[in-house]
Amino acid sequence: MTSSNGKPFGSVKNLLKRAEKILKERKKLKQEIRVCAGPGCIALGAKDIHKELCKQLDDHKKELEAAGLELNVTLSEKCTGCHGMCEAGPIVTIEPEGTFYTGVKPRDTKKIVEKTLLKDQLVDPLLYQLGHHRGGGKVKHYADIPFYSLQLRVALRKVGVVDPTNFDDFLAEGGFQAFAKAIAEMTPEDVIDQVEKSGLRGRGGAGFSTGRKWRSALRVKEDRVWLICNGDEGDPGAFMDRAIMEGDPYSVLEGMMIGAYALGATDAWIYVRHEYPLAVEHLQMAIDKLTNAGLLGENILGTGMTLNVRISRGGGAFVCGESSALMRSLEGKVGEPRAKYVRSVEKGLHDEPTVLNNVETFTCVPAIIDKGAEWFASMGREKSKGTKAFSLVGKVKHTGLIEVPMGRTLREIIFDIGGGIIDDRPFKAVQTGGPSGGCLPAGKLNLQVDFDTLADAGAMMGSGGMIVMDDHTCMVDVAKYFINFLIGESCGKCVPCREGLYQLYDLLNKITNGEGKPGDLETIETLCHTMEVASLCALGKSAPYPVTSTIKYFREEYEEHINDGVCRAGVCPKLIVYHINDDCNGCEVCRKHCPTNAITGEKKKLHVIDPDLCISCGICKSVCKFDTIDIMSGGKIVSRDVVA
Amino acid sequence: MSKTKTSKTVHLTIDGQNVEAPKGAMILDVTPGLGVEIPSLCAHPGLEPFGACRLCVVEIQKPGWDDWYKQLVTSCLFQVEEGLKVWTNSDEVRQNRKVVLDLLMARVPASDVIRDLGNQYGVTKTSYAEVDTEDTCIMCDICVRACHAIGRDAIASMSRGPDKYVDVPDKDACIGCLVCANLCPTNAIPFTANDNGKRRIWGKEFDLVTDERSGEVLGTTEYIEHVRKRAEDKGLLCPEDMKHESARVKRYGYAQKLSHVADVEEPIEEVK
Repeated sequence: MTSSNGKPFGSVKNLLKRAEKILKERKKLKQEIRVCAGPGCIALGAKDIHKELCKQLDDHKKELEAAGLELNVTLSEKCTGCHGMCEAGPIVTIEPEGTFYTGVKPRDTKKIVEKTLLKDQLVDPLLYQLGHHRGGGKVKHYADIPFYSLQLRVALRKVGVVDPTNFDDFLAEGGFQAFAKAIAEMTPEDVIDQVEKSGLRGRGGAGFSTGRKWRSALRVKEDRVWLICNGDEGDPGAFMDRAIMEGDPYSVLEGMMIGAYALGATDAWIYVRHEYPLAVEHLQMAIDKLTNAGLLGENILGTGMTLNVRISRGGGAFVCGESSALMRSLEGKVGEPRAKYVRSVEKGLHDEPTVLNNVETFTCVPAIIDKGAEWFASMGREKSKGTKAFSLVGKVKHTGLIEVPMGRTLREIIFDIGGGIIDDRPFKAVQTGGPSGGCLPAGKLNLQVDFDTLADAGAMMGSGGMIVMDDHTCMVDVAKYFINFLIGESCGKCVPCREGLYQLYDLLNKITNGEGKPGDLETIETLCHTMEVASLCALGKSAPYPVTSTIKYFREEYEEHINDGVCRAGVCPKLIVYHINDDCNGCEVCRKHCPTNAITGEKKKLHVIDPDLCISCGICKSVCKFDTIDIMSGGKIVSRDVVA
Repeated sequence: MSKTKTSKTVHLTIDGQNVEAPKGAMILDVTPGLGVEIPSLCAHPGLEPFGACRLCVVEIQKPGWDDWYKQLVTSCLFQVEEGLKVWTNSDEVRQNRKVVLDLLMARVPASDVIRDLGNQYGVTKTSYAEVDTEDTCIMCDICVRACHAIGRDAIASMSRGPDKYVDVPDKDACIGCLVCANLCPTNAIPFTANDNGKRRIWGKEFDLVTDERSGEVLGTTEYIEHVRKRAEDKGLLCPEDMKHESARVKRYGYAQKLSHVADVEEPIEEVK
C-alpha cells in the first residue's frame, strides 16, 4: 500500500518509482480475470463467483506443485467496479484478450479456468449473443459489442478496470500520474488554465465551466477555501456517480487533490448519498490508504501541501444535491437552498469560500491534466466538450452505464448502444435529466445530446439519467409520477414549488382519473410558468419540466384524457376496462386468479369480466396464455399485443 | 487593468424613477418612500432576507442586456446595482403574483389577509383545489426566524414539501414572549395575551409579571428571566442597562406589524 518499505512516500519521485515497479511486476502476468462487483452483479452472486474462482486457481496451482511442475501461466483475479452492462450480469472479463462472459454462475468458474485460461478455448454458452437485428451470433470480445464499441470512456476510464480496494492496482493503471505531474511540474495557475482550456463543464446538471469556477474562487483572497465533492446523486434511475465512487474512488480523490492543489484548499468534504453504503466504504478505504501513503494529510509527498478529506453521508433528501442546501446540510442545519446573491465561491460552507463540484467532474480532471486540455477539448461539441456518462434505463434492451462523447444523437444512444426497445416495441419517449428533466418524443431522436441542445428542446442534461419509454407508457401518468416524486423531495421553503407541485399533482391526478375539465391544461400551463420563473432554487424552477415537456410533445394525449376519457397507452386504471375477446377458449385460468371474482364463465366457454367488480389490476391479462384479454379505453382496444 | 472606483452608492431606476441607493441593499429595502408598492409576506426589517413567499417579485434589466430581455427576481433577495432598471408592477410581475396568491388562497382559504391581497390582484376565488383547513399558516418562517433571532429557537419548521408545518418541538424553550404571534403576517398563531395574570401560547401556560408601581404587564416570568440572562451574558448588569435591554426585546416583540397586514395604530388583536 505504501512505498516498498512500508513508509509513506516522501516525494513525487518515490511515488513514480513505486508505480514503475508495480508495472514491471505486472508485465509478468499473462492473463487477468476481472469479475464485475458492481451492486447489480453482487446481487446476482459476483462475490461467490470470485471466491470460487480463487479456489479454482488455487487448486490448479496445488495440482501443478504436487506434480512437481512450475506454473506455466501467471494468472491474477480481481473484483472491479461496474462494467456497465448491468442487464447481462454477472459479468466476467479476461484480459488482455477482452473475452467477455455474461450471466456467469459460480459453477461456471471451473470451465472458465480449465478451458479459457489453460487451453485458450471459449466457453460458448457464456458468450454475449447479438440481437437478431444484428444478425444474431455470439461475440467473443467486448470490443466487438456495439454497447461497448460505441462508447468513449473518460470519467469511467478505470471503472470496471481497477480493483477499487487496491491502491497498487490503481497505480498500475496510471493512477496519480496526473497528480504527480500537477504538483511537480505545474503551478496552480497552470492547472486552472488547463481545466479552463479543456472546456470542462460541471457534470452535476447546471453545466457551469469548472475552470471559471475555480478561477473565481482563486480571486477571493481568504485564508481558507473549502472543497466539496457532490456525490448526492438523487435522481431516480441515475447511478453514474455511484458507479464511479464505488468502482474508482481513487480517481475521484485524485481529481479533488488536483483541485485542492490548484485552489490551495486544505479541507475537503465528499457528500455521499445515504443510500450508497458501498461507495462510502470504498471511498473511506481509499482515504485511509492515501493518508497512510502520505498522499493525504500534512506535507503531501514532501511538498508542504496539506489536504484532509472527510466523508459526510446525506440524510436522504433529494434537495441536498442542490449546492447551497448541501452546504447547509454539511453545517448540520436543515437542507434548504438559499438565495444565490451570495456566491458560494465567496461565502459557502461556514460562510467561507467554497468550491463544489460533482463526482464526475472531479474524475475528469486527472484525465485532462494527464492528456492535456487539447485532447479533452477535441471531443464533444463546440460548447460542450468531452464526454458524458449516462445511466440508460427503462424499456431499453441494454440497461446500464454508458459514456459517450457529447454530440451523440439520442438514436445512437438508445438504438445502437442500448440495442433498441424491449420486444422491439415502438419507441415513445426518452426522459432525460432526472425527475425534473423533460420527455423527448421520437421526432427528437436525431438530437445531438449536449447541455444546450437538451435545454433548447425542453429537457435537460441533469446528472445524466436517461429513461426510455415504449408505447405502453402514458405520458400524463409519467408526468404525474415525477411530480409525485418531487412533492416528496421539495423542501417546502418557497410557495411556487411547495404549493405549485401540490396543485399540479392534484390537477394531473384528476386528469388521469377522467375528472379533467376543459381549461385544466391552460391552468397547468399558467402554473408551470410561475413555478419556472418564481421558484427559489433549481429544483422548483425545473420541477414543471416533466409536465411542460409532455404537454409540448404529447398534448393530444392530455386532450384525449380530458375530452374523451381515453388513455391510449392503456395505463390509467379509471379510464380503462378489461375485456375478454372471442378467442377465449374457457381455460378458467383468469377466473381462478381474479382477486375480486369479477370473471365468470364455464369451462371451455367464453369468460366475461364484470366491469363493476374489476379493479383493473391486470392479473388476468398477465396469466392468460392465449392473449385473449384486451384493455379497452373509450370503446377501442388499446393494448392488444402485436404478435411478431 | 485600471483600478475601478469603488463608490458606496449606486444609481438605478425603479418604475422610471431615478433612485440612489446604498451598495449592497436589496431592491425591496430601497422602495419605501418611492410610492411604489411591493407586497411581501415573509420579509421583515429585523430579519435576514429569506425569499419564501415570492410575492415581492419584480422585473429587472441589467445594463447591456437586450432591450426585450427582462428577468423576474425576488426584490427581497436582489441587490441593487449600478444602472439597474426595475419594474415593480408590470404585467409579468402581476401575473406571477396572482398565481402565487391563487396558490396561497387554496392553501389557507380561511385567511382574510391572503383573501384581501388576492382581491387586489383580481383573484376572488382560487383556481385550485382548496385545502380543507382553518389554519392560516403560509410557512413564511417569520416565527421560526424571529424566535432564532431572540435567541430561543423554540419554533421550528417540521417535515418538508406540502407537508411542512411549524411547531414547537421543545416546549421548554418557549418563553411566551409572543414575538412569533405578533409578527405572523396571517395571524396563524393563536394566543391569549392576558387572562387573569396568565398567558397561553403554543399549548403552554405562563405566569405574567406585573410592575408593582405602574401595574403594567412586563411579560412572563420566563421572558423576564431570558432578558436578564441575555443582559448578563452581554455584561449589561446595571439596572439602567437592564431596562434598555428589556425595552429592546420588548420593542422587538411588539414591532409594528407589516404595513399591509394591519394598521400600525390598531392594538394587537388576540386570536382565539
